[in-house]
Amino acid sequence: MTAGLRARLRIGHPSGFVLDVDLDLPQHGITALFGHSGSGKTTILRAIAGLERAPGGYVALGDEVWQDDDRGVFVPVHRRALGYVFQEASLFEHLSVRANLEYGLKRVPAAERRFDVATVARLLGIGDLLARAAGQLSGGERQRVAIARALLVSPRLLLMDEPLAALDLRRKQEILPYLERLHDELAVPILYVSHAPDEVARLADHLVLLDAGRVVASGPLGATLARADLPPAFADDAGVVLDTVLAGHEPDDLSRLEFAGGALLVGRRKEAVGTRLRCRIHARDVSLALERPQGVSIVNLLPAETTAVVATDTPGHVLVQLHVGPTPVLARITERSRRELGIAPGRRVWVQVKGVALLG
Amino acid sequence: MTGGAGMMDAADLRAVWLTLKLAGVVTLLLLLAATPIAWWLARTRSRLKTVVGAVVALPLVLPPTVLGFYLLVALGPHGPLGRLLAALGIGPLPFTFGGLVLASVLYSLPFAVQPLHNAFEAVGTRPLEVAATLRAGPWDRFWSVAVPLARPGFLAAAVLGFAHTIGEFGVVLMIGGNIEGSTRVVSVQIYDHVEALEYAQAHWLAAGMLAFSFAVLLLLYTFNPQPLRGRR
Repeated sequence: MTAGLRARLRIGHPSGFVLDVDLDLPQHGITALFGHSGSGKTTILRAIAGLERAPGGYVALGDEVWQDDDRGVFVPVHRRALGYVFQEASLFEHLSVRANLEYGLKRVPAAERRFDVATVARLLGIGDLLARAAGQLSGGERQRVAIARALLVSPRLLLMDEPLAALDLRRKQEILPYLERLHDELAVPILYVSHAPDEVARLADHLVLLDAGRVVASGPLGATLARADLPPAFADDAGVVLDTVLAGHEPDDLSRLEFAGGALLVGRRKEAVGTRLRCRIHARDVSLALERPQGVSIVNLLPAETTAVVATDTPGHVLVQLHVGPTPVLARITERSRRELGIAPGRRVWVQVKGVALLG
Repeated sequence: MTGGAGMMDAADLRAVWLTLKLAGVVTLLLLLAATPIAWWLARTRSRLKTVVGAVVALPLVLPPTVLGFYLLVALGPHGPLGRLLAALGIGPLPFTFGGLVLASVLYSLPFAVQPLHNAFEAVGTRPLEVAATLRAGPWDRFWSVAVPLARPGFLAAAVLGFAHTIGEFGVVLMIGGNIEGSTRVVSVQIYDHVEALEYAQAHWLAAGMLAFSFAVLLLLYTFNPQPLRGRR
């Protein structure tokens, strides 16, 4: 396999906002471009697709150079082997669902097609909708059709611009499993723009954190989320994602999830023993104690070593990075507690986890 | 201008035929001319947009005689356009069917440009961007996405252009004159009848125009409730 996506972009807006990024992203899995609104996520995606010009920029996917202004190369959007899913589904209202799906498909030379309508329709659960008019679909259905339509051009890169942002919670829950299937069953790398931490924690393998037009962190999801040196703006959403293995069930309806350096107990899971499960622990759900706590109702108590303490945007609060064995965990506590407990790098403490969110 | 007090005579029928032929040709040319202008107006960020928009809309406010007068001057044997056309081997246009067509296209242009402009604006850029990410090139995008989505605008432009051409009088008289079988259209024929006090014949043509115009507008409003706007 060739290298992944390379994008060097600099776009100045008259408002004074400057986007300046240099991305080198893996060829596999889902890479999330995460940042608050106005951080430049969508602009990056549009520039990679060629929908927006970034003068002097460079964009290449593997050995295919899409833009290299130093050498006068700019491949127009319709000649780039990409798929794009917009925030609103943007189906062609004058066409049926099937005609929407076939619009891109029939513009791709037959030899380059890797998917057919039936396969993709099954993958996204829209097989029964093909004869409908685009206007007759619900929001969730529209977005699934839009995703299927983008896949049918057999993209080498799928760009998704907050595909769930315009949907309510139920519709989101309806689509997330399909996105996971894309990830598990198709070898199409996805660049996924989002400002929803839950989506990112659930779907992403890699994470690029953006703040005010700049990349502040980039790397594998777990390691990047656990970094304590992120800008304070990210501290309120802070939390880690653990990849665990379902190790067994306890007699009292709890399940044991093991990760490198420890284990967590959660309500009994239906999955088979040995299943990999991803879970998220919010920093605000983690508290610290100097001794092994006695007489508390919390079951998840883990010995850990403090590795860093940083300030947050929330007045009076700090973010503490700890390691349970090799696995990093974040805790958000008050500055007063930090002072009274004397928490500082190197200090051994007990971590109490109040809540574990299982993803998927 | 002869004929009894009864129905239409041969001259009337020739005027009707000429009018329909003129309106048909003009509608076709209008769509060809108005589509790129409306597309440009809907998509450009150029500062010339307001100027071009105003020039196109001029016939809406000018007396037809003004437009007709300047066309007559420009197209005449000593006018700049007239000389250019003569050099190209195209005979003098005033008082010919060709001149009538040219004048009518200019005069009815805003009626075709406006609904198309609105329709293209209503389509917006997003469907075209989507089409581009689905491998459609610029022409492909225009024909497969913009035109179908702007269809109500095309319908409105064609119907309004056709109807407005049939209804014109002043420009026709200035540039076309009153030559039977060549430039004498229904509106002029009615004028002649009235001048000659042939009210019965004038009625036949006038009532016919009235019924036709009403039918056309009824059709337009039935299929496209806001003909001077776009979709949505």
